[in-house]
Amino acid sequence: MASGVKPRVKVPKKAAAGDVITIKTLISHKMESGQRKDKEGNVIPRSIINRFTCDFNGENVVDITLEPAISTNPFFEFEAKVPEAGEFQFTWYDDDGSVYEATKSIAIG
Amino acid sequence: MKYVTGAALASLLTTSLAFADPVDDTLILNEETDMITRTAAPAHLSDTLDEVMSGWLFRGTETRAMQADDFDNPGMIFVEQAQDSWMIAEGTEGKSCSSCHNDMDSMAGVKATYPKWNEEAGEVRTLQMQMNNCRTERMGAEAWGYDKTPAINMEAALSAVSRGLPVNVAIDGPAQSAWELGKELYYTRTGQLELSCANCHEDSYGMMIRADHLSQGQINGFPVYRLKNTKLNGVHSRFKGCVRDTRAETYKPGSAEFVALELYVASRGNGLSVEGPSIRN
Amino acid sequence: MELTRRNAILLGASAVLASGLPALASTVTDDAIATFTGGAAVGEGDLKLTAPEIAENGNTVPIEVASSTAVEIMVLATGNPTPSVATFKFGSMAATRNASTRIRLAGTQDVVAIAKLEDGSFVQASSAVKVTIGGCGG
Repeated sequence: MASGVKPRVKVPKKAAAGDVITIKTLISHKMESGQRKDKEGNVIPRSIINRFTCDFNGENVVDITLEPAISTNPFFEFEAKVPEAGEFQFTWYDDDGSVYEATKSIAIG
Repeated sequence: MKYVTGAALASLLTTSLAFADPVDDTLILNEETDMITRTAAPAHLSDTLDEVMSGWLFRGTETRAMQADDFDNPGMIFVEQAQDSWMIAEGTEGKSCSSCHNDMDSMAGVKATYPKWNEEAGEVRTLQMQMNNCRTERMGAEAWGYDKTPAINMEAALSAVSRGLPVNVAIDGPAQSAWELGKELYYTRTGQLELSCANCHEDSYGMMIRADHLSQGQINGFPVYRLKNTKLNGVHSRFKGCVRDTRAETYKPGSAEFVALELYVASRGNGLSVEGPSIRN
Repeated sequence: MELTRRNAILLGASAVLASGLPALASTVTDDAIATFTGGAAVGEGDLKLTAPEIAENGNTVPIEVASSTAVEIMVLATGNPTPSVATFKFGSMAATRNASTRIRLAGTQDVVAIAKLEDGSFVQASSAVKVTIGGCGG
């Protein structure tokens, strides 16, 4: 699944110091549950993103454990504090060991 | 008339599951673009319908909301993938789509007019056929399979830049014979269940079909991201699914019959906003 | 398994049979809760779970958890083959203890959220979601 996985994140470009901002993330991933069978009746092995984290300037915002019951193309929405200008770091961890990353800067003003 | 009656009845029978009338809601895309989800039926339908309605109005609250924001819309993942491939040169000529067409925004309005008569080829072409013509004739690249992932993603991307513009396919002139064929197919009963498109989508929209809402079967929202299979789906594939469910042998995606049917069904939605990629069940 | 009409009937029948053995289905959920709480009592309070009353499609059901003081929230779909859905841990830069996602539900069931609050106590919220089976659906 390491190919064709594309993260999308939505973060405001700027905020006032101390603002609360809404962050949305979406990543293209099949999230194969391990519950399905193929046409020959063989179980299709589980292949999911099992963890997602968001940090701001090295401090954690959210750390989410995903199970196979998370929908295809996992979506998350949450709120973060912005005490200062800096960078949001987003990381998705795949069952196959792949790690997908995205960063977004936010300015104060 | 039919709609007015249906709405009046539904207000009397709000708890009844027999009615699944379209909701009274407006679609504003990304809080800026007003979308036309219901409008007066085009002239050629005036004897049949008063109003044409997007399938968006027949969906649940959460599904409607998912389409109203590009970030919430998972179909846009695939639009972004196609935007990337728009820039990538392929084939013997070393050209990408952007070599001729520049930025994809320059294609705004194109989707709204397809399927469309091509004078040079002497045929009605869907957008996917035109894309493939570019690939084989101008780029020296292989044609994409009809409704296959690369083709449907690109069609969705081209649709995305036309969102908010009214569907406006031409049905007269040289396109008329294909349109007539499409109309005939629309009203022809198929399969062991002997159902035509019209039986469900013209005679019975606003009713429940098992636990689902029957829409007018408009295609202004195609390609659609379906919750059912979590990917983009083409209109020919959707036609195939419907015809199959009447227990008939179906035409193939890309066939002359489905091209004609696409033209006819698109023309039933003339005036509705282009919505693709939309979200449906 | 594709949820055909026939399978739905079979499911209904097996649900009736299974109702004689209620422990079977709930054990997995109870175990997951016990693991999360370490066996502590679970009350009600500062936790809200929002889910649609009727989900149009079980493949993609939007849910939201919200709390003022949760440090960690676990979501369980009690009617799924494996009930675990997700666990949200809120860090120092989280402005609220609210989060939304989209989940898969195998059928009509209760979705449950359990939160560990800042004071170390545990609270629970649940929401019944009806999952509809589509029309012909093409």
